[in-house]
Amino acid sequence: MSHFQPELRQRAEELVALYPRSRSAMLPLLHLAQEQDGYLSEAGIEEVAGLTGTTSADVRGTASFYDMFHLEPVGKYVVGVCTNIACLLAGGEEFLEHASQTLGCAVGATSEDGLFTLEETECLADCDKAPCVQVNHRYVRTTTPESFDTLVGDLRKGVHDADIPSHGTLIRVKRNGGLRASHDEIREQRATSSAARAKRAEGNS
Amino acid sequence: MATLDAPRIVSSRAEFEDSYTLARYLETGGYEGLRKTLTMFPEAVAAEVDAASLLGRGGAGFPAGRKWSMLRKSPVSYLVVNGDESEPATFKDHFLVERDPHQLVEGVIIAAYALQVAQAFIYIRGEFALGLERVQQAVNDAYAHGALGSKIFDSDFSLDIVVHPGAGAYICGEETALIEGLEGKRGFPRIKPPFFPAVTGLYGEPTVVNNVETMSNLPWIITNGGAAFAALGVGKSTGTRLFALAGRVKNPGVYEVEMVKNTFRDIIYDPRLGGGITDDRALKAFIPGGVSAPWFGPDMLDLALGQDEVGAQGSMLGSGSIVVLDETSCPVRAAWRITKFFSRESCGQCTPCREGSGWIERAMYRLEHGGGREEDLALVLDLCDNIAPGLGWPPQQTTICVLGSSIPSSVHSAIQMFRDDFIAHVELGRCPHD
Repeated sequence: MSHFQPELRQRAEELVALYPRSRSAMLPLLHLAQEQDGYLSEAGIEEVAGLTGTTSADVRGTASFYDMFHLEPVGKYVVGVCTNIACLLAGGEEFLEHASQTLGCAVGATSEDGLFTLEETECLADCDKAPCVQVNHRYVRTTTPESFDTLVGDLRKGVHDADIPSHGTLIRVKRNGGLRASHDEIREQRATSSAARAKRAEGNS
Repeated sequence: MATLDAPRIVSSRAEFEDSYTLARYLETGGYEGLRKTLTMFPEAVAAEVDAASLLGRGGAGFPAGRKWSMLRKSPVSYLVVNGDESEPATFKDHFLVERDPHQLVEGVIIAAYALQVAQAFIYIRGEFALGLERVQQAVNDAYAHGALGSKIFDSDFSLDIVVHPGAGAYICGEETALIEGLEGKRGFPRIKPPFFPAVTGLYGEPTVVNNVETMSNLPWIITNGGAAFAALGVGKSTGTRLFALAGRVKNPGVYEVEMVKNTFRDIIYDPRLGGGITDDRALKAFIPGGVSAPWFGPDMLDLALGQDEVGAQGSMLGSGSIVVLDETSCPVRAAWRITKFFSRESCGQCTPCREGSGWIERAMYRLEHGGGREEDLALVLDLCDNIAPGLGWPPQQTTICVLGSSIPSSVHSAIQMFRDDFIAHVELGRCPHD
């Protein structure tokens, strides 16, 4: 019995099929697992291990290297505030402190209602709109404490449920066709075409 | 005043709201470079890129044509595009993947044709949720348009592109770590030699890894010719380049300017570009090429934006990021925060980097936040010297990858340029800028 919901399981299998080796699908599959469960649950990790032909220890070992994967449950909204150099110069540290007060949780912790997890992030590459804030990896571009508070209020009311999905950066990243030609087919074509090119080049000289 | 008469090569569609759509792309010359490519011999395509002398736009500035020529002959080889942009204050690739994903995809197809590669991967930083959506959509559209897949535009060339999401690791911008991420492993940079993935890369097969901006230049180069590209800029630094300007300036943003023809003063002060320092304050220092680069003071403002020009002065253009510190910015805090970044992002394989970054970070923390001693300056410099012996430029390497040797740049610069600021911190027992 698959831990992934049927639709997700199908997406996962399609993802694996895209790569020459199934283990290469590890990172996208972990994103999918997180999309369903909100974090990497034991069952989600097992499922990814099965799909990639690895073990759950191997999956956990890989996942723990990457900042975006949560090995413990997190809030519905993960709020990331950058304090790296460009944001530091724009008051990022003070902004993070403000966010902590507004959300009612310490940096790295989850609010009591389970709605928000606050993270201090490294550079999010949006430095012309510093200090940079992401909610579930969507840029929200609230650069003042006031606009941040408004955003938090809206998030509580569910105003952003459509544009900020709860978890899952790949929720709208779907390959919708052009399934890849088999490697044998491509190799055969390549051999034919390079032979043809060699012939043409010979004709030219 | 800045010289802005060069054509915009990679940001030509920036003013269109719908610049990321196939319809807009086709209206503005999209996929014409690919059509022309398919009428040429692959070697001729590579020759155009050689003639353009396009330097890689990722950070190292290695000539793209030379990288391609090293690709080991093998029945299977791969093209991997590095879109894992994570160098602090660098946001040009973020701009390209969100604003012009089709240009990137077309560039990738052109490169794949030149290299005769049948499988390409575009590795996009995981935090770019919208960028991932846009690039995947562009790939989907390209399939539907016949620009990807079997027998592209009825030629005998076929290619598949897989969009691969990263998951939050600065080190995966290092090309061998990126390949590890693509193989579904922890992002540990690989031991060199072999120095180039062109010899042994993805799955042990020959692999070319190129940056997003490098790829995005290709449609223009093929359409207009390598010579037209090489006519822009001066000497080794040809064409235009995207610069991401951030920090204490009035108009931070991504600007495409001709190489060498403009100076740091132009990009920071020209009203059409940076517009000067925030609140018209005085400039204290600037970081010219990402936080791995040594800093410059106001005396370097008239230096030209060229790879050799900046290199000769002991720093680098690197990732194309420029960060401005003004007279109110604390250099100790800036250098501490940069070290904290490296300490967090060190993959932990090599002792000098893993231990050194944390040790320097702790010393810098107490210097900035009170509790620092004057001896800490010598300690920090000694630790830096352990990571990059001699503290010269380019730095000596004691680690598997260049993350380690990038750690000393900021602290070494800050101590050399602003020793008085450090002493003031020690004497006051706190940051004088607080």
